[in-house]
Amino acid sequence: MKYYDKLIFELSRPGRVGYELPKNDFATEGEKEIPSDLLRKSPLDLPEVSELDVVRHYTNLSNKNFGVDTGFYPLGSCTMKYNPKINEEVAAMPQFAELHPLQNPETAQGALELYWNLQNALANLAGFEEFTLNPYAGAHGELTGLMVMRSYHKARGDHKRTKIIVPDSAHGTNPASAMVAGLEVVEVKSRPNGSIDIEDLKPLLNDEVAGIMMTNPNTLGMFETEIAEIAKLVHDAGGLLYYDGANFNPLLGKVRPGDMGFDIMHINLHKTFSTPHGGGGPGSGPVGVAKHLVKFLPNPHVKKDENGKFYVENGDEALGSVSTFFGNFGVMMKAYAYILSLGKEGIKEVGPMATLNANYIKESLKDDYLLPIEGVCKHEFVFDGLKDKSTGVTTLNVAKRLLDYGFHAPTIYFPLLFHESMMIEPTETESLETLDEFIDVMHKVAKEARETPDEVKNAPLTTIVRKLDETTAAKNPILNYKALKNL
Amino acid sequence: MTIKENLRYAESHEWVSLDGEIATVGITDYAQHALGDIVYVDMPEVGDEVTAGEEFGAVESVKAASDLYSPVSGEVVEINEALEDEPGLINQDAFANWIMKVKVSDPSEVEGLLDAEAYAKICEE
Amino acid sequence: MNRYIPHTEEDIKVMLEKIGVNSTDDLFSDIPEEVIFKGEYDIPSAMSEVELRKHFQELGDKNTRLKVFAGGGAYDHYSPSVIGHLLSRSEFYTAYTPYQPEISQGTLQYIFEYQSMICELTGLEASNASMYDGATATAEAAMMMVASAKKKNRVLVSATVAPRVVEVVNTYTKFHGVDLTIVPEKDGVTDLEALYAALEGGDVAGVIVPCPNKYGIIEDFTGVADKVHAVKALLAMNCDPSTLAVLRTPAEWGADIACGDGQTLGMPLQFGGPYLGFMACSKAQLRKMPGRVVGATKDADGKRAFVLTLQAREQHIRREKATSNICSNQSLMALYATVYVALMGKKGLEEVNKLSCDGAHYLYNKLLATGKFHKVFDKPFLKEFTLHTDLDVKKVNEYLASKGYMGGIDLGDGLVEFAVTEKRTKEEIDEFVTLMLEA
Repeated sequence: MKYYDKLIFELSRPGRVGYELPKNDFATEGEKEIPSDLLRKSPLDLPEVSELDVVRHYTNLSNKNFGVDTGFYPLGSCTMKYNPKINEEVAAMPQFAELHPLQNPETAQGALELYWNLQNALANLAGFEEFTLNPYAGAHGELTGLMVMRSYHKARGDHKRTKIIVPDSAHGTNPASAMVAGLEVVEVKSRPNGSIDIEDLKPLLNDEVAGIMMTNPNTLGMFETEIAEIAKLVHDAGGLLYYDGANFNPLLGKVRPGDMGFDIMHINLHKTFSTPHGGGGPGSGPVGVAKHLVKFLPNPHVKKDENGKFYVENGDEALGSVSTFFGNFGVMMKAYAYILSLGKEGIKEVGPMATLNANYIKESLKDDYLLPIEGVCKHEFVFDGLKDKSTGVTTLNVAKRLLDYGFHAPTIYFPLLFHESMMIEPTETESLETLDEFIDVMHKVAKEARETPDEVKNAPLTTIVRKLDETTAAKNPILNYKALKNL
Repeated sequence: MTIKENLRYAESHEWVSLDGEIATVGITDYAQHALGDIVYVDMPEVGDEVTAGEEFGAVESVKAASDLYSPVSGEVVEINEALEDEPGLINQDAFANWIMKVKVSDPSEVEGLLDAEAYAKICEE
Repeated sequence: MNRYIPHTEEDIKVMLEKIGVNSTDDLFSDIPEEVIFKGEYDIPSAMSEVELRKHFQELGDKNTRLKVFAGGGAYDHYSPSVIGHLLSRSEFYTAYTPYQPEISQGTLQYIFEYQSMICELTGLEASNASMYDGATATAEAAMMMVASAKKKNRVLVSATVAPRVVEVVNTYTKFHGVDLTIVPEKDGVTDLEALYAALEGGDVAGVIVPCPNKYGIIEDFTGVADKVHAVKALLAMNCDPSTLAVLRTPAEWGADIACGDGQTLGMPLQFGGPYLGFMACSKAQLRKMPGRVVGATKDADGKRAFVLTLQAREQHIRREKATSNICSNQSLMALYATVYVALMGKKGLEEVNKLSCDGAHYLYNKLLATGKFHKVFDKPFLKEFTLHTDLDVKKVNEYLASKGYMGGIDLGDGLVEFAVTEKRTKEEIDEFVTLMLEA
């Protein structure tokens, strides 16, 4: 990687262009019909650059990035598996790329069939009656799922249920989604191993509780073995169970969340179903529900009639709409390609191999890193920093040192249950050789921490930029080129 | 870490100094230390009503945010505008750089707060 | 095994030994037997790439590619070839959110450029790193205004905002517990008298108005911001960033927040997504703005660098006290918009708007000249407009589709809305009008 920090604005030369448009032969002056009060008066300072300027600039920027294609990316809870290339190819097909979302469904049968097929495949893989593919991301799926939950209670005339139970170990998105959905968060305590404390849960259940949000395996990568009892307790109290599908990967091919007693779930297609994270999106967060909740799913719905024709329907009892059209359709195309590439046999290998990889790393590193919870994990596990705390080398230091060795860092300082959390998720697409390289480097860093701790504390040393001043960035935010230029 | 003798403290790490019916409120040195570099102080507006034990704002560091709980009830009569541009003043001196002044509705509320010795014990825990 | 899972039998054996179990099934022995899935999934067997391409080809053949004369929130603008190539750099698209800034400067820098461009276009001081789409961005704006107002809980939204956007705003606010009031329309534009009367209620946190509106009309909001601010409420504008190169900006109208869909910045129609929600705001509202934000800073050696900032506002720290739950956004589409705006520049965007506007007015005049279409509002428009017709719209559109065209959007009551972009030629417009009369 070379250090290149020019902004596209800084390449600008007055008069240079990077486009060519068709010539204007309309002989109409449309804009003259618009009163001048309605037109822009302020200057517009945008780059003036050639096509090659643009190509080289963004190619240089891409060189300053680390992706799954660059190297191992064991970012816990993010399921950074390989993003197959054929997925990208089919998603770019013009027969889909040029399709207007408001085209007559008669002229978009292929797209609707794909939506329908994917919706059914997900329902089958996760054990639910039906899915909506409209939500744009995991958090959006959570929000949609909680709206389904509230719609269900409301439709029964049960207006008292305004509380949602969330484990204290949950990712911050869960309580934030609950807040957006107008629910009041009640925290249930976790036991030291991260599982829900049933004795703490029992007194929280009453007729004001809409439901509970859980993920299984939990935040520590451990399976909630008492899920059946939790489901019974919550259902008996009149609540519903929401499954946060962020951790679905280890169960894919092995356990269907619908069979565990959950009523609603979302899936992150950009985690479990191999669609790329795109540097933070676009993702896709389909929501699946049990039979009695199907009518509440958001509009629009894709349906199939008895003649095999696909059509679009807006239901009266639906919770409303959470997207302008059908969600991130291009992302769905990639997930669909992935499911077909693995097929019903291949998909059964996903969870087991992801779990095998995680346990292999855990067992290989627990001599140097503190494993707070023994036992078989699922797709990921958490170390509480280095075992030897005397060196003063923190989880942050280890994470930054890994960058020097060409690995992405694990998720750090989450979950909050431990002070030095380091959450590692290898996924099933990594080979034994890659895992061994990672294990070697982790051992090497542990050795460095004992022998040359200051070097580790100063990491990263070899990346194109080093430790950043985040405090000044937050105190005096410089958020655009104009502000930067005026400094 | 310093704790000032002549002030009263809340368990949620705010300090109060009462002068007549005006209470000056800030966060303690212990709190600023625990937070690290403070990058933003979310302050109430003059005229807002605050209630003892309830939120009146927040302080943010780079990767944490901590809600502020009012130790007294009453009406906000002044806020420390210097903190808008320089939130880091709290890190320099948490006791000199107060956050808000409140015209208290019940001065006896202050009596129920911790004294320096009792607060020091809480910090040790 | 398969091409995405590299484990050989030998690998598995070595790994199981290290773990100290006999089989991969043992890794799931903690799971109650009754929830283990033992059946067969109801999906096809694995497809090779050859079969997969064929399957997608067959599905694709069931779609009809049309020359588009409709908008309604999705516009058939020209996509420069460069963009697809740059977006397929896998260092961009296989990266996660830039949590490790030292190895994510590519993502962080393009987001900074994106924010800079959105600020230029809207005239506002701060932009986030993107939202899901225009409708959810507008719903987030409604929640943001309520959060900012602290004690007031009503949001007014003009009836002239696109119905699909209003539907999503209504869904969010209904659950979030915000009182949403629709301000009626009059002659195709927001009824300002009704808006001002509603402001008198004293409980209004914010107002949402569109530009252009659901009929394609560019409304005159002179004086609106002053009236809104006089009652200590905020003004949000749902707008089309492409048109902001020529139309009066949200900042020039006095708006506090701009939001909308960036699909118009050359993005493929893709059956509705992925598109790009955007949001910008004034400096005063920055702390209440949802989503990720990138700022400039320096590294330990004093080099310029970029980093996620103001993170203490966000859900992963604030939990239920955050303004929003958004985490993943549409980052790669923000890169799309950034490359598009870089290529087009000010001049290119002006030209796109002029071509679209001239084409739209050419079609408008041609349709009126047929005698089958009539003016309804007679208000200024750019690339999208609404006319009344006596023709059977459904029948006309079906006929047009059979001839390779997508007709205008049927708004009901004889109203049809057409959109023209720079991709539509004079010949296509001529043929389009001829076909409509044949239908």
